[in-house]
Amino acid sequence: MEGLGPFLEVLIGGLLAGVLYSLVALGFVLIYKASGVFNFAQGAMVLLAGLALVRSLDFLVAKGLPFEVAVVGALLFAGAIMAITAWLIERYVLGPLLNQSEMTLFMSTIGATFIIEGAAQMLFGSDVYPLQLYPTDAWIILDEVFPGGILISKLDVWGAVIAGVLVAGLAAFFQWTRTGRALRAVADDHAAAQSVGIPINWIWFVVWLIAGLVAVVAATVWGTKLGVQFSITFLALKALPVLIIGGFTSIPGAIVGGLVIGAGEKLAEIYLGPYIGGGIEYWFAYVLALAVLLVRPQGLFGERIIERI
Amino acid sequence: MLYREAGQFKTSYAGDMAIFPIRQDRIGLAILLAFAFVVVPLLAYFEIGPFGHDYIFKAILIPFLILSLAAIGLNILTGYCGQISLGGGAFMAIGAYAAYNFSLRIPELPLLFSILLSGGMAAFVGILFGIPSLRIKGLYLAVATLAAQFFFDWLFLRVPWFTNYTPSGSVNAPELNFFGWVVNTPAERYMLALMFVTVFAVIAKNLTRGNIGRQWMAIRDMDIAAELMGIRPLYAKLSAFAISSFFIGVAGALWAFVHLGSWEPLTFNIERSFQLLFMVIIGGLGSILGCFLGAAFILILPIFLDQVPHAMGVPLSVETVSHLVYIITGALICFLLIVEPHGFARLWAIAKEKLRLWPFPY
Amino acid sequence: MDFKKWSLAAAAVLAGTAFGLPAQAQNEQFLPALVYRTGPYAPNGIPFANGVADYWNLINERDGGINGVKIVFEECETGYATDKGVECYERLKGKGPTGAGYFSPLSTGITFALTEKAPGDKIPLLTGGYGRADSRDGSVFTWNFIAMGTYWTAADVAIQHIAKELGGMDKLKGKKIALVYHDSPYGKEPIPLLQKRSQLNGFELLLIPVTHPGVEQKSQWLQVRQNRPDYVILWGWGVMNSTAIKEAAAVAYPRDKIIGGWWSGAEPDVAPAGDQAKGYKALMMQHGAGRYPVHDEIEKYVYARGKGAAKPEEIGHVLYNRGIINSMIGVEAIRTAQEKFGTRPLTGEEIRWGFENLNLTAERIKELGFEGMMRPLKFSCEDHEGARFARIHQWDGKQWNVISDWYEADDSIILPIVKETAAGYAKEKGITPRDCSKEG
Repeated sequence: MEGLGPFLEVLIGGLLAGVLYSLVALGFVLIYKASGVFNFAQGAMVLLAGLALVRSLDFLVAKGLPFEVAVVGALLFAGAIMAITAWLIERYVLGPLLNQSEMTLFMSTIGATFIIEGAAQMLFGSDVYPLQLYPTDAWIILDEVFPGGILISKLDVWGAVIAGVLVAGLAAFFQWTRTGRALRAVADDHAAAQSVGIPINWIWFVVWLIAGLVAVVAATVWGTKLGVQFSITFLALKALPVLIIGGFTSIPGAIVGGLVIGAGEKLAEIYLGPYIGGGIEYWFAYVLALAVLLVRPQGLFGERIIERI
Repeated sequence: MLYREAGQFKTSYAGDMAIFPIRQDRIGLAILLAFAFVVVPLLAYFEIGPFGHDYIFKAILIPFLILSLAAIGLNILTGYCGQISLGGGAFMAIGAYAAYNFSLRIPELPLLFSILLSGGMAAFVGILFGIPSLRIKGLYLAVATLAAQFFFDWLFLRVPWFTNYTPSGSVNAPELNFFGWVVNTPAERYMLALMFVTVFAVIAKNLTRGNIGRQWMAIRDMDIAAELMGIRPLYAKLSAFAISSFFIGVAGALWAFVHLGSWEPLTFNIERSFQLLFMVIIGGLGSILGCFLGAAFILILPIFLDQVPHAMGVPLSVETVSHLVYIITGALICFLLIVEPHGFARLWAIAKEKLRLWPFPY
Repeated sequence: MDFKKWSLAAAAVLAGTAFGLPAQAQNEQFLPALVYRTGPYAPNGIPFANGVADYWNLINERDGGINGVKIVFEECETGYATDKGVECYERLKGKGPTGAGYFSPLSTGITFALTEKAPGDKIPLLTGGYGRADSRDGSVFTWNFIAMGTYWTAADVAIQHIAKELGGMDKLKGKKIALVYHDSPYGKEPIPLLQKRSQLNGFELLLIPVTHPGVEQKSQWLQVRQNRPDYVILWGWGVMNSTAIKEAAAVAYPRDKIIGGWWSGAEPDVAPAGDQAKGYKALMMQHGAGRYPVHDEIEKYVYARGKGAAKPEEIGHVLYNRGIINSMIGVEAIRTAQEKFGTRPLTGEEIRWGFENLNLTAERIKELGFEGMMRPLKFSCEDHEGARFARIHQWDGKQWNVISDWYEADDSIILPIVKETAAGYAKEKGITPRDCSKEG
């Protein structure tokens, strides 16, 4: 019983922290699923969304608008910026690269990353901008059972709820709307989808737009956690193991992957770290992902890779 | 008109399979090598033109050459064998720290062997981290190689033995003494890097033309088909990992010893891995020449762009310039990919083709 | 822009980098500034760079230069990356009539790399409050000047302050102090000193590394929560600091039991945490935040003439002040060197002499308008640190307030470690330490 309280605390904290990674990973999944592009720019998009959000929010608040109204306005502005970004990327980067190899598309998103990082900082500044959209303190629960209780961060819970809603919403969108079904068709086979009259450029724009909106959501959570600043782009590296565990093509997989990685890395850091010197969670997440891949090379929920000659 | 191979007959198989079957290519290469090996040091010696200054050596040529070598290493794995790797930085780090420890702990060992042994060490680790490639493919593998990257970042920070128990964990290169030749001035360092790169580029070129290179390419093009044709994926993939890591390890040792002189693990962090991959893709997968072009593009272009406004007297703050460099570099990457998705190497090949037909392209 | 113009620009760039800009006035001292105004550490880099530039501009605008020798400076963006820093160094070191006067690398990694290069180029490095702690040993590190304090000084002062809050050095016994640090050479620097202190004073030292960049620190702070150390020393950088404070708040660890190092105690480190940072303490490296006579001068001569680099409300911020102090020490070193070598643009080697013989007395500090901001500082051949003083300040949610007197680090503890590691470095590099008794 002695160690159970701390263990549960770490476990719960880890699971929730993992879901926050999922928020970033979702953007990767959406784009990969629909266009086969591994979008290196997702981290930069979160930065851009965050900067657009926080700078317009500060601007609107300074203009004297009530905070709630300003938040809505800022969200709309950030959404609009992401829509423009999506349009530009589709029109000028990916459109001309239709039917190129995976590597080429990947590299082009790296080009896009440079552009977004440069432009975002140029337009909105490279300082750190505080953002406070969710409560950041914590609950202590079960303190009659365990000494000290179990600490649960409110921000993490908010993040988890948002991620859950987002995934449910996206699943519904993919399942029941016409555009959603078209998206799935495009994901299956570009050429076939085009041949039955699905406007592939429009679909790609929609996908990038959704990924951009997911980036806005991720930016609200992570911006509250870190303050909006360039370092937010590093989140992409925390999201990658989540992505491979869940599989590049599975939306629920991103959540499950987040849970596995979050719990795994925190438990490893706290219970294994002291024996080998600490600071292991970064690589541990990747090793964990690697271990999963050795069993299932396409991730837990990825589409099975079928190879023919 | 000059670039015409009419009249150059291949009278033997060896002639047909030569690295540079066209005489003009050979001449061009000879001129380039003569320039790099003879003219540049002479210019440096007599302090003529840009080569009279340290800047061009220390900030441009030396890093360019060493990163080209690393890019060649990565290209063997990614371009020739089709295994995407984001662990380049880690293998450079292994090379650097292995060379440091070899020269520290076995002082009798000549430096050249320390550096080569460090490559061997990197190759060994490369094989270990290459094993998952037998099961994991494509981008999944790329992300999995990040495990190596982060693991070694951590290892060299955490285990004080590797850094000889210095309090901060940063280490210094020993004196560069190659069998009595003490490498000191920038021009000497450049010569050293150039020699390494030339030798290794020749080795790489020949490896990729030989049996093993063909096996790699077969695996890259379709591994199942290659396997059915009797190529052992285990041998082909792991040899690619080993040789690639060897090259990258040597490059890492050079980067630490010849370029920086003192370094910390962050020198070889994830950014470096990405940088190497960019070079290989932009330069052209599966091309040795492309490695040099890619390295030049990724390394030198931003440096160049950075200085344009200042040189032109445009009063822009460094901040704006830095953002613009980002944007322009990114835009050029996208532009280049749209124009030619297969990188500089393909552009070069097309240019050559055009040149052969010019001025009567029919 | 047409092709012709581009190629002209290209040619100009090549020529410019290659030959140094040909046409320049001769009575100019060239000073390079390596800055990082973009990238992950920009929030900290911007105010520092502004302070550096503003002070140099002040000297030019008010005094017409250093004794009439105009300062010409050029910024080079490093983005905190080592190879970019090395490139900047190589680019700028030969500029101006006498080459770069001195460099401030402004990053631990760049400092390591330049420490290898500077002796060959004979250019001093001014690393005020960062870089290798053992580089204060001037007999080995001839060209490094780690002005105003090493990390070991900082760590020692942090422990002294904790002891004072507890009520005496003997009260440290049996206490538990955690070091939450950026897992890099920078973050690991204070460890040897803290370990020695923990043996000496009998407290338990808990080491908790945070992997770069430190955007996620849940496990570290849960460790803190479960181990309940009496104090936490925070040795972070960039985003890691504010995240740490927020996580500390989330696990309800009292912020006034956290003491940040001096790269963890500026406005960008606490601002994102908002109210949660209230009570957080940090070391001040000599100066802290706040305005002194020099700031008025800067406003009068620089900002009033539209040459200011910072936003007016940021004048007097912690890192801005660190920037102007950094510039001031450099300028005063040049002034000292001018006394010996004459009032003209000086070479790096001459300026190095100026650094080594710099003596900033209390009167001089007052004259310069820095009174109250710093203590006297005197370099010597053995001592390239100059002074080992620091104070603690605390964030009240709006601003930093000084809450302690000056502490002086205990050199009887630090010096032996300095000597030992510097000797190790000298041996490794084959350097024969200078005999300081013979230096003039």
